Amino acid sequence: MSQSVIARAAEATPPGVARRFRGLSDRAIAWIFVAPTIFLLLAVNIFPLIWTIRLSFTNFRANRPNAEVEWIGLRNYDRILTDSDIWETMQATAHFLCWTIVLQVLIGFSLAWLINRKFKGNDLWTTIIVLPMMLSPAVVGNFWTFLYQPQIGLFNYVVAFFTGADPTSFSMIGSVSLAPWAIIIVDTWMWTPFVMLICLAGLRSIPDSIYEAAECDRASKWRQFWTITLPMTLPFLMLAVLFRGIENFKMFDLVVQLTGGGPGNTTTLTSIDLKREAFEKWRTGYASAYAIILFVTVFGLASIYVKALNKVKER
Amino acid sequence: MSGYSITEPSPRQKWVAGALVALYAIITILPLVWIIATGFKSSADAIAYPPKVVFAPSLEGYVNLFTTQTRQTAEYFAANPPETWYERIVQSKGLTIAGPSRFGERFMNSVIIGFGSTFLSVFLGTLAAYAFSRFKVPLKDDLMFFILSTRMMPPIAVAIPIFLMFRSLGLSDTHAGMILLYTAVNLSLSVWLLKGFIDEIPHEYEEAALIDGYTRFQAFTKVVLPQAATGIASTAIFCLIFAWNEYAFAVLLTSGTAQTAPPFIPTIIGNAGQDWPAVAAGATLFLLPVMVFTILLRKHLLRGITFGAVRK
Repeated sequence: MSQSVIARAAEATPPGVARRFRGLSDRAIAWIFVAPTIFLLLAVNIFPLIWTIRLSFTNFRANRPNAEVEWIGLRNYDRILTDSDIWETMQATAHFLCWTIVLQVLIGFSLAWLINRKFKGNDLWTTIIVLPMMLSPAVVGNFWTFLYQPQIGLFNYVVAFFTGADPTSFSMIGSVSLAPWAIIIVDTWMWTPFVMLICLAGLRSIPDSIYEAAECDRASKWRQFWTITLPMTLPFLMLAVLFRGIENFKMFDLVVQLTGGGPGNTTTLTSIDLKREAFEKWRTGYASAYAIILFVTVFGLASIYVKALNKVKER
Repeated sequence: MSGYSITEPSPRQKWVAGALVALYAIITILPLVWIIATGFKSSADAIAYPPKVVFAPSLEGYVNLFTTQTRQTAEYFAANPPETWYERIVQSKGLTIAGPSRFGERFMNSVIIGFGSTFLSVFLGTLAAYAFSRFKVPLKDDLMFFILSTRMMPPIAVAIPIFLMFRSLGLSDTHAGMILLYTAVNLSLSVWLLKGFIDEIPHEYEEAALIDGYTRFQAFTKVVLPQAATGIASTAIFCLIFAWNEYAFAVLLTSGTAQTAPPFIPTIIGNAGQDWPAVAAGATLFLLPVMVFTILLRKHLLRGITFGAVRK
């Protein structure tokens, strides 16, 4: 359509104007506009990715650039997939991922549902709630270690105040059993508003007329929730889970500052483990293979998930 | 049922919902209030038990944040009495100011790298987004997905080859290197967001301009760009916030000259362990701009954080 309008206009315009009109062809402009972006992404993402794949078959160490590099085939991959420490790391990551998603979806959806009651001052409270989400995870995570201190920390004091426990009797980041929860609490505090905002958009997309019709059919509020509200916000919820899943699979800054992966390996998430292998032990080849495995995992899981998401959307 | 619309919640429901949301908001804002408050506490008040809610405000944290100090003897103070208010604060602990701390530099690095990368990624992103929005680019969907997928890699995984690449190109610990890197990372966000914003501008405006004898490029700069101004501005703020907050690349690829504030703030150490008022003061100065931007952006927030997938 639009093409034909332009074509007709071009025919109708006098030659002098037509020459100026052409200037650079659309094709040329498209290429000139897209090329720098693609070039930069190739240079900073794809070229390094190919380099990583190459390194993953070697025993290269970045702290010994002059040492001879050997091709060792799939040995790095073999070592990683049979290493029990890595499975521990994966378990810690899975624990962190599952609980943060469950808590954020539950709290985020409930908050969105409440905010959708359209009470007064709704905008003000929403704005306050979203604040933590946009802040630097490293700086905030670092400050949370202060809040978590047994003797002087606000968190321990508040918990002790409401439960009657001794605030010095537990250390959120020092204890093996509590540390995994310490990182889940901070991540949930930071990112619940993200899920909330997406759910709110979902709830607001449901037209009132559907509820009116359900009300006429005398469907109970409970039934309305399960047959209208939830199914219609499900695509939004799933999108929120996708974003949180990918982000938390990559999680590094917040947890490094909070616990540094400790105590022991209890909060060593994959990114932290990878950082140790690559930049502390300098096993570059091994870490490259590790990075490729992580990339394939997140990419694979995300594609399967997106397929499911599209199916839900079509319904 | 009463006379309200059947889909409108009753006043009592609204009241309960409002109270619960307000309660959550107050709990969630508490850590942030605590950061700001701790910045104004003296070091003794900061580590008092039970935690002090009411305290005499002190600028000690801010003074510690911006200066380095050395211990001096009583004779020294008798000979050189402190002249300014900040010297007096430091003297009360038997110290003198030796010089400025690194915080100012690190903060400026954050500003330079943040604005530099934001400008570049929005500039390149606008061009690419316009092309993707208006022209038949071959493999358009694949390219758009490729651009998005660059965001899925864990930063640490990308950092291994980038580290080697920067080392051989001499870009490690330089502003140029970090600006380039953050530009590349932010491009996915800026292309996706801006494509959404440009898609919303009706084609008819440009077509009218083309018929009036504008070239395609003129139509882009004189018709599309002014219309996309709000979208470009909010995209820029999102890119700026990302670059401002980024930690993983910064901690691995910078150590001195180009180090930004996020890896620096947690390393502020006092005489005995971490100097919490100084850390809190640094965090306050660092986080406040983002809080202001978040409040300004609140209408576009959802769109920005979902890469344009959800539009209100």
